[in-house]
Amino acid sequence: MDTAPEQGSSGPPERPGPDYTEVQQSQEFGELRRTYRTFVFPLTIAFVVWYVLYVLLSNYAGGFMGVKVVGNVNVAFIFGLAQFVTTFLIAWWYSRFAAAKIDPKGEAIKNRLESEHGTRGDA
Amino acid sequence: MSATYQLATPAVQLAAAEGASEHRSLIITLFSVFVVITLVITVWAGRRTKDATDFYAGGRQFSGFQNGLAVSGDYMSAASFLGIAGAIALYGYDGFLYSIGFLVAWLVALLLVAEPLRNSGRYTMGDVLAYRMRQRPVRTAAGISTIIVSIFYLLAQMVGAGALVALLLGITGDAGKNLIVVLVGVVMILYVTIGGMKGTTWVQMIKACLLIVGTLIITVLVLHKYGYNVSELLGAAAETSGKGASFLEPGLQYGADATSKINFLSLGIALVLGTAGLPHILIRFYTVPTAMAARKSVLWAIGIIGVFYLMTIALGFGAAALLSPKTITDSNAAGNTAAPLLAQEIGGGADSTGGAILLAMISAVAFATILAVVAGLTLASSSSFAHDLYANVIRKGKASEKEEVKAARISAVLIGGVAIALGIFAGNLNVAGLVALAFAVAASANLPTILYSLFWKRFTTRGALWSIYAGLISSVGLVLFSPVVSGAESSMFPGVDFSWFPLENPGLISIPVGFLAGFLGALWSKDEAAQGEKYAELEVRSMTGTGAH
Repeated sequence: MDTAPEQGSSGPPERPGPDYTEVQQSQEFGELRRTYRTFVFPLTIAFVVWYVLYVLLSNYAGGFMGVKVVGNVNVAFIFGLAQFVTTFLIAWWYSRFAAAKIDPKGEAIKNRLESEHGTRGDA
Repeated sequence: MSATYQLATPAVQLAAAEGASEHRSLIITLFSVFVVITLVITVWAGRRTKDATDFYAGGRQFSGFQNGLAVSGDYMSAASFLGIAGAIALYGYDGFLYSIGFLVAWLVALLLVAEPLRNSGRYTMGDVLAYRMRQRPVRTAAGISTIIVSIFYLLAQMVGAGALVALLLGITGDAGKNLIVVLVGVVMILYVTIGGMKGTTWVQMIKACLLIVGTLIITVLVLHKYGYNVSELLGAAAETSGKGASFLEPGLQYGADATSKINFLSLGIALVLGTAGLPHILIRFYTVPTAMAARKSVLWAIGIIGVFYLMTIALGFGAAALLSPKTITDSNAAGNTAAPLLAQEIGGGADSTGGAILLAMISAVAFATILAVVAGLTLASSSSFAHDLYANVIRKGKASEKEEVKAARISAVLIGGVAIALGIFAGNLNVAGLVALAFAVAASANLPTILYSLFWKRFTTRGALWSIYAGLISSVGLVLFSPVVSGAESSMFPGVDFSWFPLENPGLISIPVGFLAGFLGALWSKDEAAQGEKYAELEVRSMTGTGAH
């Protein structure tokens, strides 16, 4: 893990850099941003709401949470375990989505900029 | 790591007093083996630490899996291991609630923070916050906030280490406890100054493996005892606890009254939003080569940490089922020794060889856990001191790489020294407030600034300063006037009462204050020159990885 030296990790950031404003306003980048944000922002709100709901239920709906479902396992446990399950699922879903929809778009822009401007590992 | 992690004065020793000396030598042997092996690795890593990138970021050559292990090792502190198991053992279901907050929190890091941070920063959290802002004021604020969060967290771990180790080794005198605090401090300084990020990362990876294996052994033994039937385990726990079905329902710890319920909500929100603002976690994302590897680290971390927290259920309820509440509280009032006691019990009891071996194993794992976490915290605060404050504020970016790394090493020694001194003088401090405070400050001061910087075009230097300082002052200030510091029996200063804020956890107020202050500060600003241009650069780089370090 420590054999390959980092490339160009020193030196001043002076270089004929790309026009980032132009890139930022390009359709290609807009598409990348839209894909990313329309996925992660609603999902973030969803899991925070779901978690807060769980905390509120634990706080204020003790009777409901105490209902036994299987043996000694009650609703509170099912909900708690459901938080684990949703966390794992959201993580898995995001990684699949990112690999399929976000990474290729980001890579394309990066490769274009770096071949045009040689910005690899600057600064 | 959690507010359950209260260490009362360890006046009472482990139940197995008679076998104590055997346990002690076994614990000390195992622990020494860990320290020697990790120090050898540290020296090896130190020889391979040539430049600033090696020191701060481990050369950015760790794989996603390696870093995922190290992130887990950095995050799962003795508090989550011992504190949560103890909280479950004493309060049943309410203890389990912590695990959930600590795990769900990782989604914030995964979805919003890890990748853009990796793409746009270099060594510290301040790199990202200051990217599009005026460097000196923002780096000063980021450095102060990093050091405050890390010192609170570090202090809690040091105080915990002293009390815990003393308890497990049966040391009652102050001199022995102080010796342990000094020892932990010295080893942690050696890890950081010699091994830098490379050494620290390896220590954290080894510790994560030990912790998982140790917890897994106890979990399997507990489940085996109950025929792998969770319902039966829960039933036995409810019965032995003497609290019946209510032991398995929410409310035993936090359901007392309206204030304690709101307090719990406040804690829950700080836990979920704090993790992605903890500097010692954030700098771990710089140790991998790409944003995709950073994503992979978080995915591994979520898997490892999730499985670990699931196992704390077996540990906590196992302790509740197999040990009487009196046995647990006699050993430590807050339940922090429930896990080691359970290990001893499940291994065959106090006088058995099996019990002695398992107790020694779990105790050694607990020490390893403390060491790995304090090393991560020391590294985070000394990196920020050297890179943000020394190199960019004091020397205005004119310090050479060599000088900067030297400053980082010196500050690691100084911060370690401060932690040792505080750990000794803070003796019997209630660490609960400190850890909750670290999470609340991270969620109130750091997270708003990180999110605004990355995602909000109109954010400005003034907005960044306002959100950091308002979040910092409101969270620290509210704790100062809360029952954590004065006015209650469990306060730091139980004799006086200047408290007017009823909640122990300030997050419910201070997190919105941090977000609101950043928003207003940005609206209040005149257009900064080149503001849009710098944001364009940050946004393109953070989203695509163009020109990443």
